Amino acid sequence: MAIVEAEKLAYEYIRRDDEGNVDGVVRALDGVDLKVERGQFIAVLGGNGSGKSTLAKHINAILYPAEGTVTVDGLDTSKEENIWEIRQKAGMVFQNPDNQIIGSVVEEDVGFGPENMGIPTKEIWERVDESLKILGMDEYRKHSPSRLSGGQKQRVAIAGVVAMHPSCIIMDEPTAMLDPSGRREVIRAARALNDVEKITVILITHYMEEVIHADRVFVMDHGRIAMSGTPREIFSRVEELKKLRLDVPQATMLSYELKAAGLPLPDGILSEEELVDKLCQLYVTM
Amino acid sequence: MIRDITLGQYYHTESLLHALDPRVKLTGTLIYIISLFAADNVTAYLVAALFLTAMIVMSRVPLSFIVRGMKAVAVILCITVIFNLFLTPGIPAFTLWKLTVTWEGIRGASYMAVRLTFLILGSSLMTLTTTPNNLTDGMESLMKPLKAIRVPVHEIAMMMSIALRFIPILLEETDKIMKAQQARGADFETGGIIKRAKNMVPLLVPLFISAFRRANDLALAMEARCYRGGEGRTKMKPLVYHRRDVIAYLVLVLYLAVIILAGKLGPL
Amino acid sequence: MSIICDHVTYYYGKGTSDEVCALKDVSFQIKDGEYVGLIGHTGCGKSTLVQHLNGLLKASSGHIYYNGADIYDEDYRMKELRGRVGLVFQYPEHQLFEESVFKDVAFGPANLGLSKSEAELRSYEALKSVGLQDEYFYVSPFDLSGGQKRRVAIAGVLALKPEVLILDEPTAGLDPEGRDEILGLVKRLHQEGITIILVSHSMEDVADNAGRVIVMDKGEILMNGTPESVFTRIGDLEKIGLAAPGVTYIMHKLKERGIPVETGATTLDMAREEILRVFAG
Repeated sequence: MAIVEAEKLAYEYIRRDDEGNVDGVVRALDGVDLKVERGQFIAVLGGNGSGKSTLAKHINAILYPAEGTVTVDGLDTSKEENIWEIRQKAGMVFQNPDNQIIGSVVEEDVGFGPENMGIPTKEIWERVDESLKILGMDEYRKHSPSRLSGGQKQRVAIAGVVAMHPSCIIMDEPTAMLDPSGRREVIRAARALNDVEKITVILITHYMEEVIHADRVFVMDHGRIAMSGTPREIFSRVEELKKLRLDVPQATMLSYELKAAGLPLPDGILSEEELVDKLCQLYVTM
Repeated sequence: MIRDITLGQYYHTESLLHALDPRVKLTGTLIYIISLFAADNVTAYLVAALFLTAMIVMSRVPLSFIVRGMKAVAVILCITVIFNLFLTPGIPAFTLWKLTVTWEGIRGASYMAVRLTFLILGSSLMTLTTTPNNLTDGMESLMKPLKAIRVPVHEIAMMMSIALRFIPILLEETDKIMKAQQARGADFETGGIIKRAKNMVPLLVPLFISAFRRANDLALAMEARCYRGGEGRTKMKPLVYHRRDVIAYLVLVLYLAVIILAGKLGPL
Repeated sequence: MSIICDHVTYYYGKGTSDEVCALKDVSFQIKDGEYVGLIGHTGCGKSTLVQHLNGLLKASSGHIYYNGADIYDEDYRMKELRGRVGLVFQYPEHQLFEESVFKDVAFGPANLGLSKSEAELRSYEALKSVGLQDEYFYVSPFDLSGGQKRRVAIAGVLALKPEVLILDEPTAGLDPEGRDEILGLVKRLHQEGITIILVSHSMEDVADNAGRVIVMDKGEILMNGTPESVFTRIGDLEKIGLAAPGVTYIMHKLKERGIPVETGATTLDMAREEILRVFAG
């Protein structure tokens, strides 16, 4: 059974002018179909206003569908009685690392979720120890979050979700406010959670180079799913990606341009190494 | 200057005082404050000073760090002392310009100075040795009886701990916005009171907006982590009394007894 | 006409127990009309450095000269300097406060002591320059999209008519479209004659735009030169937590594998031309 499933999902919000009169209806999501299998690493790509964050908030039952349905582990998110179980099963990591850490000490923040779930004290400690170790933040457990780097703060936030033992973690642009080393840190952590802990990860981002290891990529535009497929399939469609104003990684872009200039390279180059390999093979046969 | 305020700050080190239950420290601070106002002779103040010194030594917090917190409240201290000095009626000691200083005034002012200094040092010592979360846990636990009269004890405690967590973030933000507006030629330092107040608008509006945005984000993040009030919540660090806490309570009772005794006996 | 930093050292919290040396003996010169990229790991002192250039922070020791005048001279008019060296902070939209976009942008020129009509004229010009449509001039800045807000905030600094514009990570948190808009705007301003200092985490953005790159680490200047000369030192950059643009890596790897390419390419166009040259025979 799919862990997350959205069917014909639509969401609109009403925009009002200064006097509070209805100014228009914005359809933030418009017929989204999405199916995530247990253990997958899913990436959702899209620019600002594409609806990708609105989609994320539906999976955690922060928003409810206007039309269509969203189910998490078979639970309908529009049913009030399911809310807390869904929020435990589908943990959420947000963009701004400062605004999602509640505790003044790292370990206390990680314990916040389990406390809310009513877990016995002894087990809270076990969970906190375990998640801090998984995220490699064990040595910082007594630190104040405000002294940590952006990447470390995000890892604490992820640990806080992991301690709730979710079956799926949704990361809503977790790297948008970080520097390159912080971004690498968070992506590495997300991959490790998926590889080692077998937790389903849904990564929402606008950085294309972060999605190359995903099992499946969805590209969103104007509330719809514009493209979907494996990273290689997506990266092969450079023209469309550029039209959607996405940031095609340099290696992919370079190979695309070299191919256009006549070099017989394959489509959908994902990384620098791959491009170098292909160019070397080509050079030998020349 | 903002960095000078140590009141409400936590100083991380390991000491007996740090290890004590927050409820003991809260009660102790309360007893100490009461004792300062109950005491009215030199012996009692000597006892109070001795007790405070012992606590400071035990806390292992550097004295310079504690004293730095005094700077921020020095103005209030001076005003209080001056009022006491000049406005207490009694036997004149000497006259300064048109103001008469009385013996009672000198006595009252010096007592007030000592009282306030001890009070501030004592309460900073509590916050310096107790993490904000521990402190709010202690308050929540001590205020529990108020739940019976529908006081939202858990919510108040949660609000306080979040406020404490966001103080450094908002201070940093204030600094940043101030600089950003200065880069646009804003002036926060010159002009009369009204002009200065008006000049604060470009600082306060962005600051409030940011605070609201953060509050909104945080509320969302808390809900996403299954927060739904105090009902059915367990604690990662429940407050449990240890032997040292019981001993500390006994020491407090002893201290209170000595102070009362000192008051009864009068000056040595 | 230039900015000269002469042995600038700066301590945070000078005299307290937690004194931190944020800038260590920093010296460099920026000439009129340059486009300089300033890169370094978070906390390397680059934000501290740019705040010195318009007098927001005062060096613990050393001198800064703007157009030949020492900005620490007693009779130096600091307010004038703030108008000449415009500084756009990170997430500048967080400084917006007025009820309309137009008024907010006019705040800076009004502070410079200009008349209301002159301030409004500058506000208008600045908003035009960042490409905001007229229909948005009288709306609340808080009703704009993220990218628009950022452009309004930049207009707020441009309205000072600065000769030098410093931007501290102007593209942070924007999506690719918003980023391209801002970088395009900065490029145009540079072509119009404004000296640009771009603080950035993106090596690609710096390589594509800057004519010179300054690399900082732990409060010191480590490298200072053309993008080609800086980015070819991949090993040194990685040691301090930085990297070279993706294409530079590709060129170096090709060379290692025995393909006779020049490794100096820092932009996509340079890399493409170089590879095509080699493969053409």
